[in-house]
Amino acid sequence: MYVADSRGVAGARDALRPGPRAAAIAPTVFALGTVSLITDVSSEMITAVLPLYLVAGLGLSPLGFGLLDGVYNGFSAVVRLAGGHLADRGGRHKPVAAVGYGLSALCKPLLLLVHTLPLIGAVLAVDRTGKGLRTAPRDAMISLASAPETHGRAFGVHRAMDTAGALLGPLVAFVILRQAADGYDAVFTVSTCVAVIGVLVLLLFVPGRTARGDAAPAASRVSLRAALALLRRRDLRRLSICALLLGLATVSDSFVYLVLQRRFDVPVQWFALLPLGTAAAFLTLTVPLGRLADRLGRWRVFLGGHVLLLAAYGLLLTPWHFGAMPYAVLALHGTFYAATDGVLMAAAATAVPSELRSSGLALVQTGQATARFACSLAFGAAWTAWGDRTALTATALGLAICVAATAWLRPAEAARA
Amino acid sequence: MSTPPSAGKARMTYRNRLLVLAAAVAVLAVVATVSVLHAAHRAGRRDQAQAGGPPIAAGHVSLAASSRRLMVFRNMAWGPHRDELATVPATTPGGPRTASGVKCLRFYAAAGTGICLQAVHGAVQDTYQAVVLDSRLHELRRYPLGGIPTRARVSPGGRMVAWTVFVSGDSYAGTAFSTRTSVLDTRTWQLQSSLETYAITKDGHAYRAADVNFWGVTFADDTRFYATLATGGKTYLVRGDATAGTLRTLRENVECPSLSPDGTRLAFKKRVKGVSPDAPWRLYVLDLRTMRETPLAEHRSVDDQVVWSGPDTIVYALAGDYGSDLWTAPADGTGAASRLMTAALAPAYVG
Repeated sequence: MYVADSRGVAGARDALRPGPRAAAIAPTVFALGTVSLITDVSSEMITAVLPLYLVAGLGLSPLGFGLLDGVYNGFSAVVRLAGGHLADRGGRHKPVAAVGYGLSALCKPLLLLVHTLPLIGAVLAVDRTGKGLRTAPRDAMISLASAPETHGRAFGVHRAMDTAGALLGPLVAFVILRQAADGYDAVFTVSTCVAVIGVLVLLLFVPGRTARGDAAPAASRVSLRAALALLRRRDLRRLSICALLLGLATVSDSFVYLVLQRRFDVPVQWFALLPLGTAAAFLTLTVPLGRLADRLGRWRVFLGGHVLLLAAYGLLLTPWHFGAMPYAVLALHGTFYAATDGVLMAAAATAVPSELRSSGLALVQTGQATARFACSLAFGAAWTAWGDRTALTATALGLAICVAATAWLRPAEAARA
Repeated sequence: MSTPPSAGKARMTYRNRLLVLAAAVAVLAVVATVSVLHAAHRAGRRDQAQAGGPPIAAGHVSLAASSRRLMVFRNMAWGPHRDELATVPATTPGGPRTASGVKCLRFYAAAGTGICLQAVHGAVQDTYQAVVLDSRLHELRRYPLGGIPTRARVSPGGRMVAWTVFVSGDSYAGTAFSTRTSVLDTRTWQLQSSLETYAITKDGHAYRAADVNFWGVTFADDTRFYATLATGGKTYLVRGDATAGTLRTLRENVECPSLSPDGTRLAFKKRVKGVSPDAPWRLYVLDLRTMRETPLAEHRSVDDQVVWSGPDTIVYALAGDYGSDLWTAPADGTGAASRLMTAALAPAYVG
């Protein structure tokens, strides 16, 4: 177990970290990966059956259901920042993460009880609140449990396990519905059981004080003011600005699939499978690209990922047409995520002292998520005004400019190899 | 392991933690198994006919014109014919049912053409298909669907067919839904897979947006139709032209229109203010000449595209003990709603 990896206490870290173990993935990372895998099985079971449940099981018209998403996105950003901050106070990463996972687990049996759209929407909102709460503390624990030079790989392993769970969940749900026609209650019950196991694995196998072993941080160092002062750190500020800039030119997945479908006339029955293409590429490449990021520098890989996204936009805009093109777009899209999702956290972890790790990661994640949401709103508006091709061309141009700007800004992390 | 994670606190050994987990997994596995078995048992019971349910027997079902007017619908009553298309004479809706052996989730028919939206059980997922049927319920063509079936209609002359499916998004927790409405010409077998390719005129101006959704087509003839357009958080009644590929908005807050047999009125569901958000719709009839709306005598929320059973009455589905019952109400706002038949969905009048 690694004790600390703050740059400020580099000497202490080197003294305490057992050298030969640097090659291994920390048990905490595996434990957290397992928790995410199990939790994703549980939540993706629900996601997979929810449309059918609403339409066929309850006879509802779920249209307009997503209308509150905009409002909710704002709330979710606040929750994430709060989760990050609370976790840093007294080094309570595990308790805050446990509350987050627990909250989501509690929502699963609630689905057995509520049968109307507004209430189901409320339960899903609480579920997502739990997700928002746990993300930053969990990522902080991953970074605190592994040596800084293996952060990329550690996040890669975690994200791969997470995605494996997301792919398994729908299959489990399908098997249940095949055994029991209309057995949505059985799906919810099994999902609850799975979620509880996830929380138990967290409680039993993730150490309570990943960070500093025994020494609790001075309360004065972990305050809201200190969290905000993080932005005064040059490294983190540059990193946040770059993540924000690039996020502003990252179109949401649903738009990518929509444009892809229109561009290549993807048969309707395949449309629902497009996200699987992205997930498959992500699952295969997230560990290798995490390792690559450890070796080449996270920033390079992160930037490279966005160049791949630019290539995906380019393919969607080219007049050529060949059979493998939709696959190529999905492969690029998945590789983009593999090169950026965990890698950004690895880069951010290096730029934040360990006692403010969770707040710092939450800050970067929130900045990126907010920028992406803004991009989606702008993209939707541009689509309305000028059509999908023009909207995508504008985004691609924006992304090219942001990539260039980021390459020029070059956060300090890029310097390390 | 180098140092134990928290040396300061007395903690369970690794072995004990594993034991706790194993015990919990065992208990939860029992709970999960029981819930699946219970649901499977319940599903099995639905294949047994219920005492007191409507009598039903397999027989010949035809959509062709005949001396007797028939009602064709999806039979929801438990037993071996559950989910099959069945008929009853239009005059005795509560009487014995004749089951066809054809299973559909949604159905409609007119002038000898039937459209059946059905589920196809695959190895790793279920898919949906639209099946065009002739008057003897023989399959003519089959088209894959990109989502869960919700609405189906045939033009009065039997040539044009339209259907709507729900497509769920990929966002976390699956809260983003959209619809896809397709129009098929059964003479040329030309399929317009999405109304989203039509040129839209909204409030007199050309309009396009990424969030455009359509549902609930009702045909006036083999070219003209009405439907619902949703965009920017509002719904609109649109009039469409399937030959020209155009759509024009007429009015706000009209969903699932259904044109009367004489083509002068539209029955529809309207989202009304000041009612519970889980039950937001009420049935109205719009007079297309005067553009006046009349609320109907059904006071509950109805989420269905109604069917006209005659020049002055409508039929619609509401939740019932076996999934869904059919109810009827006068189309002029007078009288009261009454139950027409139990355990039935997606009716069409033929013959």
